[in-house]
Amino acid sequence: MSVEELVKAANIYPEMHDKDTARLVINKDKVIDTNVVTGLTVNTVEIKDGVDINIVLKENVTIEKPVHLCFGVTHREAIQKIIMNINIGQNSIVSIFAHCIFPNAVDVKHVMDGKIKVGRGAKYSYFERHIHSEEGGITVIPKARIILEDYAKFKTEFELIKGRVGSIDIDYETTCGNHSVMEMITRISGRGDDIVNVKEAGILVGEKAKGVLTSRIALRQNARAQVYNKLVAMGDYARGHVDCQEIIQGNAVASAIPIVEVRNPKAHITHEASIGSVDSKQLQTLMARRLSETEAVELIVAGLLK
Amino acid sequence: MGILEVKNLSLSINGSKILNGLSVSFQEGHIHAVVGPNGAGKTTLGYTIMGLEGYRDFTGDIIYKGKSIKNLSVYERARKNITLAWQEPARFEGLTVEDFIKSSAKNKSRETVTDVLEKVGMSPGEYINRAVDKGLSGGERKRIEFASILVMEPELVILDEPDSGIDVASLNNMFKAIKFLKSNGTTVILITHSLAVLKQAEDAFLLCHGDIIQSGSIDKVSVYFKGKCIPCDHKNLPE
Repeated sequence: MSVEELVKAANIYPEMHDKDTARLVINKDKVIDTNVVTGLTVNTVEIKDGVDINIVLKENVTIEKPVHLCFGVTHREAIQKIIMNINIGQNSIVSIFAHCIFPNAVDVKHVMDGKIKVGRGAKYSYFERHIHSEEGGITVIPKARIILEDYAKFKTEFELIKGRVGSIDIDYETTCGNHSVMEMITRISGRGDDIVNVKEAGILVGEKAKGVLTSRIALRQNARAQVYNKLVAMGDYARGHVDCQEIIQGNAVASAIPIVEVRNPKAHITHEASIGSVDSKQLQTLMARRLSETEAVELIVAGLLK
Repeated sequence: MGILEVKNLSLSINGSKILNGLSVSFQEGHIHAVVGPNGAGKTTLGYTIMGLEGYRDFTGDIIYKGKSIKNLSVYERARKNITLAWQEPARFEGLTVEDFIKSSAKNKSRETVTDVLEKVGMSPGEYINRAVDKGLSGGERKRIEFASILVMEPELVILDEPDSGIDVASLNNMFKAIKFLKSNGTTVILITHSLAVLKQAEDAFLLCHGDIIQSGSIDKVSVYFKGKCIPCDHKNLPE
C-alpha cells in the first residue's frame, strides 16, 4: 500500500499535503513520509519489525495544527513494534492525532511502547483512532507510561469503533505532579469473539492534581471485556473520578474493576460504573418514536461511543 | 366512537391493583386531560396505552381506530403514530440534540430541527450540538423531548406531566406547542395534576384509585378536582 492509500484510509488527505502540518507515516517497519515544523523534532530509527521514534517539542512552543501520526500495516500478516518517546517542553502546547490502520489484517500484531513526559505548564493531547479489518485477526498491545510535571495538562482518547477489535490489551499509567490535570478516555466497540482488556491508572501524586478515567465499551455477540481502572490520590486536595460504562448484547460478557485509593485525608475520588444491556428507558423512548429495537440500540451505542 | 377506546382496563403491579376496570374514550383531534392525585394511576394509564415494558400484562382492551392494539409492541404502536413523552425524559450520552430529534423526524433536515426547537422556545444555535445528557437540566430535556414529538407528527400523543421542570417563561411555549399539535389534527392526552395544564384541555377525566370517577368540561372537573379530590372513601377504593 502506498502513502496515498494509507492517507485515504485515514481520511486525512488535506493534512498529509499541508506543509505546515507535522506528520509521520509508517507502514509496518518502514518510515514512508515525514514532515516537521519549527520547534518540533522527530527522529526515527527503523528496527526489527518496527520503528523507534523520538519526538521532542522545545520549551515555550505552540504547534498550531495537530501533528498527524499514521501507523499502518497493510500486510495481512505482520508484526509492528512502535517504540515512542515523547518529550514536551515546558509551557509548550501540542496535539497529536494518531491513526492506526490495519485494513487487511488476518494475523497482525501491533505493539506500542510509549514513554511520555509533559513538562511543567505544558499541554499535550493525544487522540488515537484505530481502523481495523473486518477479519478480527489483530492483536493490539499499547502500553504507555506518562509523567506530568507540575501544572501540566494531558488528555488522551483511544477510539476503536471501526472494524473488528480482535484482541486488545491497553496498559496506560499516568503520574501527575502538582496542579496537573489528566484525562484518559477509551471508546471501544467489540463483536464476534473480540477480547478487550483495558488497564488505565492515574497516580495523583501532586497537590491539587486532578484526574478522570472514562471508559465506554459496547460489546455484541461473544465479545468480552474487562476494564481495570485505578486512581490513586496522594497529594493534598487531589481530585479524581472514574467513570465506566459498558453495554452488552447477545452473549457478550463485560466486567469492570474500579480501584480508587486515597492516601491523603484531604484528597477525594469518586467512581461510577454501569454495565448491562441498553437502558430500558432510552430504548423505549426511541421505540416510541418509530425506531425499531435494532435502530434504537444502534443509535444509543453510537452515542455512547461518540 | 373515539379514536382511542380503553375498555374495562385492569392492571396490577407487584400485586397492587393500579388500574381498576377503567373505561374511557378519547376523541380524535381533541386535547384531553387526565387528572387526579398522586398514585391515582394516570401515568400507568399512559404507559399501558403506549405498551411500555412492564405495562403489557393487563385485562380489558385498548382499541385504536377500531382495532385492538393490546398485543402490539411499543414500536408497532409508534408505527401507528401513537407516542408518549415521559414525565422525566431519558438521558442519551453522546447523542446530540440534532441527532435525537432527527431520529424521530419524517423530514430529517436541519431546518426541521431548528423549527421545532424554536417552537418549544429553545435557541437552535445554543442547543443543536449539545448532548442530550446530564449537561442539560430536566426542563431542557423535557422541551427537547417535546420537540422530538413535534417532528414525529403523531396522530395521538400522551404527554405525562408536560409542565414538570419547565420554568414559567417556557411554559407558554409548551402550551403553544400543544395547540400546534391540535391544529395538525393530533389527539393529545395530557396527564397532569396541574390546573395550568388542565386549562389547556377541552375536556377532562378525573382518575382516582385506578378508575375514572368524573368526566366532562374543564370547569366541571377542575372544581371537583380542587374541592374533593383528596384521599377519600368513594367507590373505587383499591381491593
